[in-house]
Amino acid sequence: LNKCQFIYSCAGRSTVWYEEELYQPITQHQIFAPYRICVITLAESHPVLQSGKTIKSVSYQISTNCSRLQNKVSGKFKRGAQFLTELAPLCKIYCSDGEEYTVSSCVRGRLMEVNENILHEPSILQEKPSTEGYIAVVLPKFEESKSITEGLLTQQQYEEVLVKRIHAATATSRASRGITTTTAPTPPQPARSVC
Amino acid sequence: MFPLTEENKHVAQLLLSTGTCPRCIFRFCGVDFHAPYKLPYKELLNELQKFLEIEKDELVLEVPNPPPKKIRLQELEDGIDGIDNLSQNGEGRVSVIEDGSIASKSSNLNVCNVCLGILQEFCEKEFIKKVCQKVEASGFEFTNLVFSVSFPPQLSVREHAAWLLVKQEMGKQSLSLGRNDIVQLKEAYKWITHPLFSEELGVPIDGKSLFEVSVVFAHPETVEDCHFLRAICPDCFKPAKNKQSVFTRMAVMKALTKIKEEDFRKQFPCPPNSPKAVCTVLEIECAHGAVFVAGRYNKYSRNLPQTPWIIDGERKLESSVEELISDHLLAVFKAESFNFSSSGREDVDVRTLGNGRPFAIELVNPHRVHFTSQEIKELQQKINNSSNKIQVRDLQLVTREAIGHMKEGEEEKTKSYSALIWTNKVIQKKDIEFLNDIKDLKIDQKTPLRVLHRRPLAVRTRIIHSMETRYVDEHHFHLYLKTQAGTYIKEFVHGDFGRTKPNIGSLMNVTADILELDVEVNHFIVEVPICTLNSAKVVLWWGGH
Repeated sequence: LNKCQFIYSCAGRSTVWYEEELYQPITQHQIFAPYRICVITLAESHPVLQSGKTIKSVSYQISTNCSRLQNKVSGKFKRGAQFLTELAPLCKIYCSDGEEYTVSSCVRGRLMEVNENILHEPSILQEKPSTEGYIAVVLPKFEESKSITEGLLTQQQYEEVLVKRIHAATATSRASRGITTTTAPTPPQPARSVC
Repeated sequence: MFPLTEENKHVAQLLLSTGTCPRCIFRFCGVDFHAPYKLPYKELLNELQKFLEIEKDELVLEVPNPPPKKIRLQELEDGIDGIDNLSQNGEGRVSVIEDGSIASKSSNLNVCNVCLGILQEFCEKEFIKKVCQKVEASGFEFTNLVFSVSFPPQLSVREHAAWLLVKQEMGKQSLSLGRNDIVQLKEAYKWITHPLFSEELGVPIDGKSLFEVSVVFAHPETVEDCHFLRAICPDCFKPAKNKQSVFTRMAVMKALTKIKEEDFRKQFPCPPNSPKAVCTVLEIECAHGAVFVAGRYNKYSRNLPQTPWIIDGERKLESSVEELISDHLLAVFKAESFNFSSSGREDVDVRTLGNGRPFAIELVNPHRVHFTSQEIKELQQKINNSSNKIQVRDLQLVTREAIGHMKEGEEEKTKSYSALIWTNKVIQKKDIEFLNDIKDLKIDQKTPLRVLHRRPLAVRTRIIHSMETRYVDEHHFHLYLKTQAGTYIKEFVHGDFGRTKPNIGSLMNVTADILELDVEVNHFIVEVPICTLNSAKVVLWWGGH
């Protein structure tokens, strides 16, 4: 048994998809077909999940007027849900080293819920990023449910992108070692979408 | 014995001369016993003539518009003979001609201006025989029947007009027959036709019968007779979505109670005029009320949905519990369709063990309804032989009321489950023993993600009453649970992204998953005598604990 089977069971019939965006940390989405419920989680290669990083806090207050915590859905048809576009921010993650990361939805749909557990216990986000440390649950429009995976990467494509990135990083560091001893803080890596 | 007396003479004379048939005359004279109506039409006409002391060769009929006509009594009698010859023409007068107009085959027949032929030819043996032929051809099995008949709404208008005429005449004689003393058309019709049906079909008429024979009459020629009522009482005739015409019987009758006599008389002739043709028969239909079959089923397949799984017109999984049981019933009962319901349900990949889940199937419009308990047993055997994915027991016919009980108390029931659990970490026997000691554990379950698309988002508190474990190997063990009804077992095992707390994973501090799930449905069996169609003492198939 491996991880894929676990996802199968608890999702019903789910597949893992990855999102890549410029200046956006990698996120992972688990999509429950055929109903297309999406669970937004962080992918393993997200900076926040690298060793040495400590999360100070997580906030769902994404702007002065909008907090994802205010999202309230009611009834079978989930009325009242906040509508999300691909770039809509879900939450902000603040690290002890001063870095700040915004996680965006990457999927068009209605926001069902955000994970309040990571507010109280940010460590869950790092310990169990693909399960208990999920960010949010989004329900795409039924008509759009088949097209939401366009623009996302499959697991295989994601892994290929990761490999390329590692090679590129190694090449850069080799080049920079010869020139300078100071290392500038690296800007957030272009996010990779893996669907 | 002729039912009319001296004081009825004037009214009878008036009605006959304006084109009203003998039986309608009886009605408006308050004749409220059956026998006179059942006499043959010809005989009634003769008796009436004798009573009114009319000369045999001439009968004056005065009709305000058009100008008075003289119709010979002899011709009236010939007209009646004409009915007997109808059978040679096949459908005869009662057929509906394509363009909607009904041509009277015999111009001598005087169609009653009040009942439009209903109490003339349409209550006589010839017509009833025709209806019975259709009933027999329909292939229904029945031991009694209820007969329902529907008349065109304009009959109420004509009835009203005739009443006003009669009332006026009685006023002259200071007679006091009230509106309620007038015999209703439908009532008289049933007095005559019920015994004819019984005789022809060999079964009694019973108002409670599930087998219904319905006849609908129409009279296209006079359809517009009612329309003047709309101008006078517009709010009686509001269009409703599913009605073809706004002039329903109820609406027309309501308007007639509201309209003033003077206004009515201005718009509608009193007496009503004589139509050219009799009513047409719009439909003769038979239908049997639904019967109910109940039982329990066990499901042994991990790949079978309870109801057909079809998305976007495409079937995702072959067959279903519902179809495996109902298809056989549908065939044997020769029913049109079915409705399947059960006391709870299980997922596609969950087996149903124990005594089985109670279910009930409503068979709509069954053509065959009488079965011996032996035949039902054989039917059960047939179902069980045809598939190893499900098995059925306690199959029986039940009443509609029994179905209601099936759903009762579902919330109070306790459920038993058997699950095969996988753990990511290596486990020893001692690691699972503590689960045996946990009693009445409260858990909070957010609506599982796998059903979130069709259920409201909510948190439900449920109780795990008790658990029992059986070690299998380093990564597997069996878990037996007794839980409150409505508990999501799969989510209790894997945690559903932490949205069910606590869960097996959190209790054991591992990542756990569920590989197999079985539900044990054990409603206790109660023996209660049921007055089913079989009138036998039958094992009741539901019960709770």
